[in-house]
Amino acid sequence: MSVLVDKSTKVIVQGMGKIGRFHTDKAIAYGTQMVGAVHPSRAGQTELYEGETDHSGVPGRPDTYRVEIPIYRTVPEAVAATGATVSVVYVPPPFAADAIMEASTAGLDLIVCVTEGIPVADMVKAKAYLASRRSRLVGPNCPGVITPRECKIGIMPGYIHEAGRVGVVSRSGTLTYEAVHQLTQVGLGQTTAIGIGGDPVNGTDFIDCLRLFNDDPDTEGVIMIGEIGGTAEEEAAAWITANMTKPVAGFIAGTTAPAGKRMGHAGAIISGGKGTAADKISALEAAGVVVAPTPTDMGAAMLQAMSS
Amino acid sequence: MKARGIPVPRGQVATSVAEAIAAVAPLIESSGNPVVVVKSQIHAGGRGKGRFLEYPELGGVNVVLDGIEGGVEAAKRKVGELAGRMLGSTLVTVQTGPEGKQVNRLYVEQGIDIDRELYVSVVLDRATSRNMVMVSTEGGTEIERVAEETPEKILKAALDPGYGLLDFQARQLAYGLGLEGLALKNGVRFLKALATAAVEMDTDLIEINPLVVTTDGAVMALDGKMGFEANALYRHPEVQDMRDLSEENAAEIEASGYGLSFIKLDGTIGCMVNGAGLAMATMDIIKYVGGEPANFLDVGGGADKDQVAAAFKIITRDPAVKGIFVNIFGGIMKCDTIAQGVVDAVAEVGLDMPLVVRLEGTNVEIGKRILDESGLNIVSAADMKDGAEKILEATSQ
Repeated sequence: MSVLVDKSTKVIVQGMGKIGRFHTDKAIAYGTQMVGAVHPSRAGQTELYEGETDHSGVPGRPDTYRVEIPIYRTVPEAVAATGATVSVVYVPPPFAADAIMEASTAGLDLIVCVTEGIPVADMVKAKAYLASRRSRLVGPNCPGVITPRECKIGIMPGYIHEAGRVGVVSRSGTLTYEAVHQLTQVGLGQTTAIGIGGDPVNGTDFIDCLRLFNDDPDTEGVIMIGEIGGTAEEEAAAWITANMTKPVAGFIAGTTAPAGKRMGHAGAIISGGKGTAADKISALEAAGVVVAPTPTDMGAAMLQAMSS
Repeated sequence: MKARGIPVPRGQVATSVAEAIAAVAPLIESSGNPVVVVKSQIHAGGRGKGRFLEYPELGGVNVVLDGIEGGVEAAKRKVGELAGRMLGSTLVTVQTGPEGKQVNRLYVEQGIDIDRELYVSVVLDRATSRNMVMVSTEGGTEIERVAEETPEKILKAALDPGYGLLDFQARQLAYGLGLEGLALKNGVRFLKALATAAVEMDTDLIEINPLVVTTDGAVMALDGKMGFEANALYRHPEVQDMRDLSEENAAEIEASGYGLSFIKLDGTIGCMVNGAGLAMATMDIIKYVGGEPANFLDVGGGADKDQVAAAFKIITRDPAVKGIFVNIFGGIMKCDTIAQGVVDAVAEVGLDMPLVVRLEGTNVEIGKRILDESGLNIVSAADMKDGAEKILEATSQ
């Protein structure tokens, strides 16, 4: 089992440029059902993807793939023609918020926006627009969502993942890979890994993911990876105290970050004394979360949380 | 602000003593007020309470009263004297840090008959994903202190992204500030103009402190600060033109030119990492094992060889750096790309300090082979902590 996506999930792509094509190919090689794309000026064409799958040589799974992706003018047209329930957005920053809003009108379950650098004001609008619609947004500025061996949506390297027992939720891309890699190495694996993104205004937050994992029968524990800026981790800690029935481990990046400087991510900034790593770590620890002292100890922290 | 209908006092920018003196007479004539104010223009707040390193008794903002009795000529003399001391001197405020900032520009402004000093800001509230208008009767003081000591004195209204600040919201805020009569009308107009400016200019902060009410009911911004949201700068060339590169760190500017996210810190261990979260965590782990990071550097998810080489050069140029820790978890960014970038950069600029590299992820074996075969003195690390310990040991010798 898993949350958000599994092997039956059908996915369309918004933003079929160089990056969109590259990751569409990787997703198909991983086994994801990529069924269509949206591009206003290339509608009517199809794109061919073929090659060797990631699981080549694994018994019971295909060694090669050959998939034709039809391109549509609009998201509703693509959804009507393909039955997709998820869209992944690689549209460039100036147009990405519009792409998200369009996707939300097509009745999709999930919109995963990978794009980094969307103006915050555009996301403020998009988030208000989505509030009255059923689609869930993950991101923007995130690696995406993956259920190991079943469905990979986004830009994460597939091979570091292994199907298993831990739910992963993270504001940072490469730290997610670090956590996933360690969980695979210690033999816990992942049910689903969700990158919620490094922007100050995003869709799905820590609490949404904790709730999903708490309700998923196959998820036995959760690791959440936060960073400086905002108060999302503190709010998650309060939710964990009140609701969480499963063990939680965590890591917070930015203990050494200077105040007032944006640390790469638009949302990673300590302002007015708020959003420090120390505050977040103490809030999580007070909620019973095992916080890894260094990023090398994330797998060990999860093991510890699950054994106590 | 003026162009967006936000009332501000009349004034004139001056970069020399002569320009400052020349500004005085027209200001006094047009405002009918013999008082002028000479303000330091630096990109930091707390200027009024700030002091010059060179003249410990001199503040960053100076009110010139000499014109009241001595007329325009006396005001000009005093302004010239002040400008001569302020220009080129170093102003230290609560926000500049102890090293202060050099004052290269002054703003000579009309005097105002102030009745009340208030506070207003428009700031992105991450908890609600809305812009929030905040007002307070405690103008002139730091809002962080007001928030801590007397939070009930701060009133807030959330901006709906579709409607902006509605009339009734602006009225409620103005009533809360105790505005009446003409000042109420002007206050409402001011708040609406400010909220509109925040949205149209893509600011992540506009702070007016103090917002003043004059004795004749005018409402104007006496001092203010604007922060522009970086992702939206592409649609505001007028803002990019205002950027004063001389006030920014040269290495940080150079790095941004290569699409690298770089922040200079005070330590001795340089780091080069892919991904913002991992880059922060790398600094943290260096500190955890007992070292001090010299920088934050995120080469991004899709960096090429040239960007890696540029990053390497920027790090090694810092004289404080005694060793370098390269920490890569290759996803989209392939380990062999990083390895080749490091080898190329070393070939070009040389390497006279320890280098520890931790590679993991896509094409890790090819990456390690490139480093091994380069003949360079590179220590490889098994994981992040191992790498942090190794670079600390190498730089402590």
